[in-house]
Amino acid sequence: MGLISILTTIGIVVSLLTEAISFFREVSLADFLFDTRWTPRFIPQAFGIWPLITGTLMVSAIAAAFALPVGLLTAIFLAEYAPERLRRTIKPILEVLAGVPTVVYGFFALTFVTPEIVRFLFSDANIFNALSAGLVVGVMIIPMVASISEDAMVSVPQALRNGAYALGATKFETAVRVVVPAALSGIIAAFILAISRAVGETMIVTLAAGATPNVTATPLDSVQTMTAYMVQTSMGEAPHGTIEFKTLFAVGLVLFVITLAMNVFGHFIVRRFRESY
Amino acid sequence: MALTTIGAAAGMGANLSSRKLQGRLFLTLAIIATAIGIVVLATLLVDVSNDGFPRLSWEFITSYPSRFAERAGILSALMGTVWVMALTALFSFPLGVGTALYLEHYAPKNRFTDIIQTNIANLAGVPSIVYGILGLTVFVRWFALDRSVLAGALTMTLLILPITIIASREAIRAVPNSLVTAAYGLGATKWQVMQTTILPYAFPGILTGTILSMSRAIGETAPLIIMGALTFIAFVPGSDGFWHGPLDPFTVLPIQIFNWASRPQTAFLETAAAGIVVLLIVLLAMNSLAIFLRNKYQKRVQDA
Repeated sequence: MGLISILTTIGIVVSLLTEAISFFREVSLADFLFDTRWTPRFIPQAFGIWPLITGTLMVSAIAAAFALPVGLLTAIFLAEYAPERLRRTIKPILEVLAGVPTVVYGFFALTFVTPEIVRFLFSDANIFNALSAGLVVGVMIIPMVASISEDAMVSVPQALRNGAYALGATKFETAVRVVVPAALSGIIAAFILAISRAVGETMIVTLAAGATPNVTATPLDSVQTMTAYMVQTSMGEAPHGTIEFKTLFAVGLVLFVITLAMNVFGHFIVRRFRESY
Repeated sequence: MALTTIGAAAGMGANLSSRKLQGRLFLTLAIIATAIGIVVLATLLVDVSNDGFPRLSWEFITSYPSRFAERAGILSALMGTVWVMALTALFSFPLGVGTALYLEHYAPKNRFTDIIQTNIANLAGVPSIVYGILGLTVFVRWFALDRSVLAGALTMTLLILPITIIASREAIRAVPNSLVTAAYGLGATKWQVMQTTILPYAFPGILTGTILSMSRAIGETAPLIIMGALTFIAFVPGSDGFWHGPLDPFTVLPIQIFNWASRPQTAFLETAAAGIVVLLIVLLAMNSLAIFLRNKYQKRVQDA
């Protein structure tokens, strides 16, 4: 039974590698990693993955800048301040937020966040822009940040808090200077796992961030992420055996390696630095 | 005075009232942050309902998709979702529970078991779109299942298996050890202990976990798109005879919603919103079912 999970992993690696290897027979690794143009559909074709990576990074960075502080503050409020009854009301709401299908978030980003918030504030923003997508991806990962960080803070022993109070610390000082540092490994793991989720998020960015693979520093521009490229290519004509079809696997491989590295690192931090009281 | 001195020595600033003010400001900030999630959820629901409810009707549920937004319906996507989810449940329940039972009660404590556990944790973090690549290569091409309901359900099974396993293990671990020991004490074999003690007691938890992982699968779009599920289907799987259903091509609710939402015409955005309302109602129904079943079976175990 346990073998199924191992077979799944092998299946993922093998299915990514077979076509990716055949991709790298046609495109050199150097071009793939260092060219800054990604134009598989135009002549001359160029296969530099940088535009997709920077697009992914920009959306994830916006999501993180929004969700990490909000999620952490939510966790501190739930673990340290909220009375039990309020906590029991808020946690299920956060679970619902985590359970909303991403295609619904994508619709929300496209039909509400872009016109009502982003273009209201910045009238020159593109209909498809990294900012809307990033903010909504941020909303999607808030529950994850909040719940893992809260678990870490709840497991900090009461004795540490009592010690801080006895030294004359206020509640705020206890929460921020004693509990948060004591739970830091869990909080950092929450951050890493949540960012990894943002990197792999697909439908929000496909619907709201657009399909323009360009290297830009402006979050109001349209960008294309690795995941959005994969969906948009699958939706279009990319018959088996063509170089376009193979790009799916090359991009998928890069995405898999990045998220796997982050997840392994996150789980490692949880295990390695878990404070046992 | 003494308190402030200690506070000052710890580098917390000397003035107690300004420290308390700082605390109140922080609390306000934390409350605002917590409210953000709730406000966004409420806004999202209101926004989708406003757009979707006017378009929702019995005809919408019973019609096939169309080039004309006002005639487009969701029947094929709804039935596709029902087919894929039914098969996914059929595959993932025994596999998930079996793996969980194995890991909790049979697996030796060695390196191999450690590897399996780490592997499951990492699989849970693999982006869903990557499972689409797996499904495309293994099920669609190697197994030659084409873009069928069966290929979709197998892909979904692998996608939610880590979550099902993790949830089932928690339920199995929550069975009191005293019950298990007592069953062994009465001379039951390992398999009898599973059947008569562990499974009945853990069943509500397992069921809830499975339904919750199914509700994750219902909303998944990306893996099925990569796998090659179609976006425009004007028939229902199984219309060539029920038993042929698993091999029929299909579409599902989130793909249909995505298809409508990515069109430029406003009319289709309303259709998409109506589709979202249907999807959310299905999700709500499943979650209510999970809570209902949990309460029902929990009571039965307590009575026994």
